[in-house]
Parts: sequence; structure tokens; C-alpha cells
Amino acid sequence: MKNLLTSLLAVLALAIAPAHAQELFPSIPKALGEPHPEGNEYWRINHPALLAHDRDLVVLEGIRDVDASLVGCVVCHAVNGPDQGPVPMPVNAGSPDNSCQVCHQFVAIEIGCFVCHASVPSKEDVAMILPQYSADDEGWRAYMEDLAALQEASQ
Amino acid sequence: MTSPLHREKGAELSRRDILKSGAALATVTLAPGVTLMAFGGKKAAAGEDMPADGLKPGARWGLLIDAAKCPEDCSACVSACSAELGWENNGLETDPQWIRKVTLRDKETGRTNSLPVMCQHCESPPCVDVCPTGASFKREDGIVLVNRHTCIGCRYCMMACPFKARSFVFAPVSGQKSIAPRGIGTVEGCTLCVHKIDRGDGTTACVEACTATGNNAMMFGDLNDPDSEIAIAVATYASVELRADLGLNLGVRYQNI
Repeated sequence: MKNLLTSLLAVLALAIAPAHAQELFPSIPKALGEPHPEGNEYWRINHPALLAHDRDLVVLEGIRDVDASLVGCVVCHAVNGPDQGPVPMPVNAGSPDNSCQVCHQFVAIEIGCFVCHASVPSKEDVAMILPQYSADDEGWRAYMEDLAALQEASQ
Repeated sequence: MTSPLHREKGAELSRRDILKSGAALATVTLAPGVTLMAFGGKKAAAGEDMPADGLKPGARWGLLIDAAKCPEDCSACVSACSAELGWENNGLETDPQWIRKVTLRDKETGRTNSLPVMCQHCESPPCVDVCPTGASFKREDGIVLVNRHTCIGCRYCMMACPFKARSFVFAPVSGQKSIAPRGIGTVEGCTLCVHKIDRGDGTTACVEACTATGNNAMMFGDLNDPDSEIAIAVATYASVELRADLGLNLGVRYQNI
């Protein structure tokens, strides 16, 4: 009986998956910068623990050179918004297009981080995490153009 | 000079050394999502000599404020703090005030005196004593902070503080600075520009602004470093703590009040 049920489920999954792949899984926006050496799967599962560990290093011990920093997330995983006014800006965590929200809304888990933390990077943050962009208007424009190109290509 | 203010950090291996010592990064993926890995810092990965990161061992950061040089109509330090750290005070009682200007008046003589007051970074902070979650804490270099990750917003620390140095965030906040996260339901106060100290700027936003006005009423430095300007100044000239009767040994000292 158990075997029958398992195979039935497997057949069902096979039948549904190709047709409804878009609806079944969130489409995660592509990010700038070097890929995580540990792989995306590792980070998808372990990001809360990694961030929680390194935040304690920063807050309690003043060690700022950490591997998992929220500023790093916000800079590389920024998403260019559709209607951004005169100066282009990435969308903030209030938007369903935000990189964090894409998954978090899918799994219905509220993000506590951005109650206090900035969810949109500043010019200085971008220059610190991705040194190829300078911390001025020029660097910001290049950053926003690269973000837009990246998201255009992945659609 | 060995100071009673602070215990020296020994030569023992810190958690950070262990974290940063190993091979730069070794990762073995066993199955999707199951990974064996060893962490190393960015610097370790690049094979560079590691610069000083984290807090300065044995330091006690402090301020020396000369009230005689602080004009009553100047609030450059307050505006600089507000701009640097992203808080705004519009005069409401519920608005944050990480630093504020206070005017003192001697009832007998009528002499008035203006000075900035912020978290005094006590050696024995009452706010740390009363905190039920350990969110209010003192860093090893003497800076008293709120760890908002553990703050539950009970405001005991605000009651305990003799200097009214902390405030509570009542409303949702947006547009925070990435160097100074702040949000509803947590207590906040002067951080002594800890982000600048960790960066090695060697100053704070208020002191920078005060120096820029030409008043030079504020000085920042390491009280435990006998060669620092501030240590020489406090050793040479008379300075006092606010509410010295409480015996809290403050990191902020005042002259001419």
C-alpha cells in the first residue's frame, strides 16, 4: 500500500512538474558579484545560522570582516524596481520583487531583519562590497545598469 | 601603565583566531544542501597578513568635553550625530535623542553653562545591570551598547540610566543607515560611533563636527593609552564626571562645569 502510494505520488509529481514549474517554485532573481563558494543550496538552507553567527561577531566583538554580512546580501542581491523615479534605486524589502521576499513570501515566513536594517544599499555599501563600483554617482549608475541588465537577461 | 579600568586581553586564542586561522576555505558537497566546510576569512583567503580587526585590546574609549568652549547656541554635535546615524528629533517627547544639549544654571550665582550629554559609557553601567536579556552590554573596549537582536524593549535600562541617555523607538522606522540599524520596539543610545572606531577613523561624528566649527570643545581618544591626547589632557587638567557620587567611573569627562 505504501509503495503504491509513493509511486502514485511520483507519477503525479512528474506529470505536474514540467507544466507548472513556474508556479511551484519561486523564481529567484540573479545576483551580482562572485557566486558563493559553498554553493546556492548551502546558503538557501543555512543563511539564518550563518548570519546569526556573524552578527554576534560584529555586535559583541567588533569584528567587521565577516563572511556573512547583511549589507553583503543587500548589495549583491538587489533588484532593480520597475518604477523608480528620477534616480534609479533597488526595491526595498516591502516589495514582493525584493530578492529576500521572493522566497520568504513563498514559504510565508516574515523577515525580521529589515525592521531595523536597511534593505536598500547606499553608494558606500556598494563600493565596499563590490570594489569595481566607486562610491559616487558614476559608480551608482554603473551598479544600477548592471543590475537591470542582469535581471533583463534572466527573464 | 596598567590600568584597573580594564583587564588585558590575554594571548589566548580568541574565537576569531580559530575562525580565521584554517585553510582559506575548504568545501565538500556531499549532497545538495549538505556541505562540509571550513571557514576562513577574506584576508586568509587572499593569503594576506591580517590587519587589526575587531576591538583594540585594553582600550577604554572616552570623550573629554570642555564646557567653557561650548557656546549655548551651537548644536553642531547633535546635528552631526543625527545625520551620521540616521535619527531625527523633532521635539516630541517620544523622539530619539542619542545626544542633546543641556544648559546648567548655578542657582546661587546665576552662571550658566551649556554642554552636550550623551551615553557616558560607564565602567559599571546600571543599564547593563538591570537588562533582563543581556541586550544592554559593555564591549571589552568600554563602549556601552544595545544589542537590538536581543532587546525586548522593556525599557528597564532607560529607567536605570542616571543620565537619561537612552530612548525608545516607538514607531516603525524606514530609511535607516546601514551602519546604524534601528527599529521599532528597541532601545537605543549613543554608540560612541562604534562603526567609525572599528573602521579605524579614530574619532566620532560629534567630535568631528565640533572641531569643524572651530570651538574644539570635544576630544575623543583612548583613556588607557598614556600617550593619547585625551589621556594626557585628563592627567594634566582638572575634569569631572557627571554624578561622580554614583561611582560609575564614566568614559565621558567634563571640564569647566
